[in-house]
Amino acid sequence: MPTPAKGPRLGGGPAHERLMLANLATALFEHGKITTTVAKAKRLRPLAERMITFAKRGDLHSRRRVLTVVRDKGVVHELFTEIGPRYENRHGGYTRITKIGPRKGDNAPMAVIELVEALTAAAATVSEAEGATRSAAKKTTAKKSAAKKATAKKVAAGADDAAAAADLAEEAAQEAAEDAAAGDIEGADEAAADAREVADEAAEVADASGDPDAEKAAGDAEAYAEIAEDAAEDAKKES
Amino acid sequence: MAVPKRKMSRSNTRSRRAQWKAVPPSLVTCKRCKERKLPHVACPTCGTYDDRAVLDV
Repeated sequence: MPTPAKGPRLGGGPAHERLMLANLATALFEHGKITTTVAKAKRLRPLAERMITFAKRGDLHSRRRVLTVVRDKGVVHELFTEIGPRYENRHGGYTRITKIGPRKGDNAPMAVIELVEALTAAAATVSEAEGATRSAAKKTTAKKSAAKKATAKKVAAGADDAAAAADLAEEAAQEAAEDAAAGDIEGADEAAADAREVADEAAEVADASGDPDAEKAAGDAEAYAEIAEDAAEDAKKES
Repeated sequence: MAVPKRKMSRSNTRSRRAQWKAVPPSLVTCKRCKERKLPHVACPTCGTYDDRAVLDV
């Protein structure tokens, strides 16, 4: 629940403020991105996000609630058919305000308020896992959460570790290829062995976490290791 | 309506105005284009904030 706005209304009175916010919300849903003052953008955000929540619900009652604010039926239709479904995986935070500095003329601080991009299901689970890790970290005193934290951390860290390992393996593969090209058999062999080691480690981490992202990264690492070994063998043959 | 009883002396006026001072804005370096810009504000030179294009430049 957004906190009620403190301080004076925008415009000349409560009705004027309602009209201004309604016009801003209509423009935002029509164009997806509008430039306005920071004060107006901040007041618009809770209203616009409430409208999107109604759009996600999608029934006739919520459509009528939205129509009391956004009077344009075309914009409301777009809101319910395109914008609402786009944020299926997002729980709030549908808008982004970026400050763009003072306006020429009256030096009013300006901002761009825009509808954020859709969240993929995978990204949503990752952010949820991160949130779980963070909340688990807060409850370090509670014994029950200790086990939970360990698993959550493993899942979150697994993907990162495996991805990092894939990068390392790629580097090692490149090194091996370079050494092989230069005719340095020992260097190539060493680099290939490094790549293989890193790939094995990544595979272990991925198995432990059971995260599909981590497994994919581990697969990448292994592929790079194979490339490195091939390069080393080629170098041997040539010599 | 309440009105001033005495003329404000030149000295008092100038003493008051001596306190109007301009403060240099605290600036940071843009991550992307290395220009100086206001903190927490999109860079006016390259039009990005947090590596996200915000302005058309």
